[in-house]
Amino acid sequence: MGLIGADLVRQDAATLARAMAEGEVSSEEVTRAHLDRIGEVDDRVHAFLQLLSTEALDAARDIDRRRAAGEQLGPLAGVPIAVKDVLTMTGVPTTCGSRVLEGWRPPYDSTVVERLRAGGLVILGKTNMDEFAMGSSTEHSAYGPTHNPWDLERIPGGSGGGSAAALAAFEAPLAIGTDTGGSIRQPAAVTGTVGVKPTYGGVSRYGLVALASSLDQAGPCARTVKDTALLHAAIAGHDPRDSTSIQAPVPDVVAAADEADVRGMRIGLVRELRGEGYQAGVSQRFDEAVAILTDLGAEVVEVSCPHFEYALAAYYLILPSEASSNLARFDGMRYGLRMGDDGARSVEEVMSLTREAGFGAEVKRRIMIGTYALSSGYYDAYYGSAQKVRTLITRDFEAAFAQVDVLVSPTAPTTAFRIGDKVDDPLAMYLNDIATIPVNLAGNAAMSLPVGLAPEDGLPVGLQIMAPPMADDRLYRVGAALEAALVDRWGHLLIEEVPAL
Amino acid sequence: MTATHDTVPFAEAIAAFDPVLGLETHVELGTASKMFCGCPTMFGGAANTHVCPVCLGLPGSLPVVNRTAVESTIRMGLALNCRIAEWCRFARKNYFYPDMPKDYQVSQYDEPLCFDGYLDVTVETPDGPREFRVEIERVHMEEDTGKLTHAGGATGRIHGADYSLVDYNRAGIPLIEIVTKPIVGAGALAPQVARAYVTELRDLMRALGVSDVRMEEGSLRCDVNVSLSRPGEPWGTRSETKNVNSLRSVERAVLSEIERQAAVLRDGGRVIQETRHFHEDTGRSTPGRSKEQAEDYRYFPEPDLVPVAPPRDWVEQLRATLPEPPAARRARLRAEWGISDHEFQTLVNAGALDLVEQTIAAGVDSAAARKWWTGELARTANDRGVELAALGVTPQHIKRLEELVGAGSLSDSLARQVLEGIIAGEGDVDEVVTSRGLAVVSDDAALLEAIDAALAEQPDVADKIRGGKVQAAGAIVGAVMKATRGQADAAKVRALLLERLGVSE
Repeated sequence: MGLIGADLVRQDAATLARAMAEGEVSSEEVTRAHLDRIGEVDDRVHAFLQLLSTEALDAARDIDRRRAAGEQLGPLAGVPIAVKDVLTMTGVPTTCGSRVLEGWRPPYDSTVVERLRAGGLVILGKTNMDEFAMGSSTEHSAYGPTHNPWDLERIPGGSGGGSAAALAAFEAPLAIGTDTGGSIRQPAAVTGTVGVKPTYGGVSRYGLVALASSLDQAGPCARTVKDTALLHAAIAGHDPRDSTSIQAPVPDVVAAADEADVRGMRIGLVRELRGEGYQAGVSQRFDEAVAILTDLGAEVVEVSCPHFEYALAAYYLILPSEASSNLARFDGMRYGLRMGDDGARSVEEVMSLTREAGFGAEVKRRIMIGTYALSSGYYDAYYGSAQKVRTLITRDFEAAFAQVDVLVSPTAPTTAFRIGDKVDDPLAMYLNDIATIPVNLAGNAAMSLPVGLAPEDGLPVGLQIMAPPMADDRLYRVGAALEAALVDRWGHLLIEEVPAL
Repeated sequence: MTATHDTVPFAEAIAAFDPVLGLETHVELGTASKMFCGCPTMFGGAANTHVCPVCLGLPGSLPVVNRTAVESTIRMGLALNCRIAEWCRFARKNYFYPDMPKDYQVSQYDEPLCFDGYLDVTVETPDGPREFRVEIERVHMEEDTGKLTHAGGATGRIHGADYSLVDYNRAGIPLIEIVTKPIVGAGALAPQVARAYVTELRDLMRALGVSDVRMEEGSLRCDVNVSLSRPGEPWGTRSETKNVNSLRSVERAVLSEIERQAAVLRDGGRVIQETRHFHEDTGRSTPGRSKEQAEDYRYFPEPDLVPVAPPRDWVEQLRATLPEPPAARRARLRAEWGISDHEFQTLVNAGALDLVEQTIAAGVDSAAARKWWTGELARTANDRGVELAALGVTPQHIKRLEELVGAGSLSDSLARQVLEGIIAGEGDVDEVVTSRGLAVVSDDAALLEAIDAALAEQPDVADKIRGGKVQAAGAIVGAVMKATRGQADAAKVRALLLERLGVSE
């Protein structure tokens, strides 16, 4: 299949990479096509905070030159990618969606960016996000919301709404997200794309501006399971600069995606992550997908994870506690915004004014909750208890994985809601992550992939697959099998149904 | 508001109150790189040049523990007879201050690496040496902060300054913090016990090679906690005097705080739990911030680091590397050198043990080695307020001096001039001898010439000697020595003189 005359931006990464390797198309052409597409649609989508057109074209031409010189290049060399604005990149503004980091240009590359560059990927720009990754809608970005390509009046999920929307709008075939409580998976679910939160420690956090250090994990986002696997393989693996990164071989996720075989696998339905509270169309598409897995030869059983009902409460103590400390450094002393430095005010006043002006309401809310939860006299009741719940949730997973190979659930309880609907109701917003949070607390791996449109609103529904730590390959084995069966049924990927912008 | 009280003389204070001490000592470890990154730890360097994203706490950066720092801390813990944790974590101590790049310090909180140890120290009393056991609560690791310089304003403090500059070269330097349990029962000896303890810690670290403890560079900082109570009553409220940076100051800080608190209590006042600042110049402290509105540091386990779990066999290997404990070594050296307690203590006080031992090892006679280091050199070091080893004189220098004196080419007074030259940085022994022209004049003809000149100038003295008044020879010898600028051997001059005049003793 040649790509002559084809719409380059609608191709998946694996196809583009093969076409480039075979000389059908250059990275410069592919990159230019994506930059043109961004120029065409991003004023409506607002997926990007920072576009790196010149740098991207330079990088693309460099790859083309190296390929022409006969250099052995990585499997994704020359493919464009969008990077969430929470990962540092030398000399490129990194805002984390916050005013407080306005103007800061990091002097170093995050490990993920370093590995993308080493793999020859072409970075198109930095994508929008909820401020410091706090949110499920990208409405908490200080630079304005991102719009869901399926319906521009709706949210693209969050915090990584920019990365997911870029994929769904065909602005990039690949993107990097980060997932602290569902920030890769929930945006994937509501935009009809694929996203994986790798095992905690599977991808280096070096250069990922921390929200909650014990929960944060960067991961791959794409429109197909195979592309997600290729990107996963490109960024994963031990990094001596991150003590929490795992010193073990990366599971062979690409081979698992190629095998795409669930025969003989045991798949568990988590009783606590379905039923009440889930939109009817979400439950319907989820049940249909589970039936397909059974048809493909998997054995599906129900399992119970009784402590999952406490996950949200524990998460909203652990995350704010760590965040209150991680975000302390944004004090106006060394970089980014500085307010009130008129030569008369004290250092405390300047710090205070800077933080007052630099942080949005949701960030302040979580800093205050975390500061309170860690305070002397409250630590045991809040942070201490939350850590105990975390242990119980990890044990629930261990018990479940003693019975089954993977667990499945809907990724999010609803499809994409309207911009503005929940922005003033934090508790309603937090409930979006009810199914994704347990995985972050336990540190294991999970994927969201599209399983259809909800009949009532015609919007994408995501299914979540959860695997034990360092068994990320199982996500791809199951996800690729399910995706192939759905493509057989529909005749195309779900994303092909996204309305023209 | 603290009322201004006088002080009570120390003897009177101790007669009325029992002191309880607690010492927290921070020492920079002598690792090549920082606690959590690869930046160099060397002192000096232009501001903010020994920094990287990690020690600057830039967004996204992550710490990685320096293995050598863990090793040094375990070795120190073992030398302090501590138990070593099988599993422990770092913790974040959260507070806002511009010298802290992250606005939290990575430290250890309720899970120190080493705990429950002790250190025996000896203090001199009028009744002879007395030993005290100082119990160690914990030894833990942490990172240092940056250094603030306040420009303008009267005090050099942050309040009132026109502006402040931060140098983050020091940020992330590994620190070891050693905390004692309350030291009770020292009574009037409390200031000396405090000093002896810190001295012993310093010697121990040097012996272990975990730090060279450059006190003049502020690499050892002590916080001194003191409380007083009347005999039989519960312990009193304590104050904490911060950043006491020399051995002498440790002793003075304890003493002055006992005198101050005694005055407060004598007048029916209440000691306030507070942080105090010690002033080297006056030997007194002034109040800092009150701990009654204590900051809440919101400690929690550092999620960016994995727990430290030193394997037991590693700990045992480290135990096998411990050098002879300083106290045992002192007992051995005193026995080997066969000297009195008093003489030995003089060596200890002068900080001369290592140097004397090395000088003897270089082949110098034991008495001569002691004489050089405790005499002229100890006086010079004391006058200049520096440590003996910082003078720049080495055991090899002493060895060479002794060779030249033994061979008769240097007199004792010439040898002292050589040492002056070495201290002034003029080179090694032979270089100073050459450049200053300090060789003994052993040329008989030259000496006889000088003798003849002296006799010619003092003919009356010459006549007296010829007449048998041999004791008058001193005047001629003195003149010859003066003429040769001390470079002649006086005994030889005298012999030549008498021979010249044909008289005998």
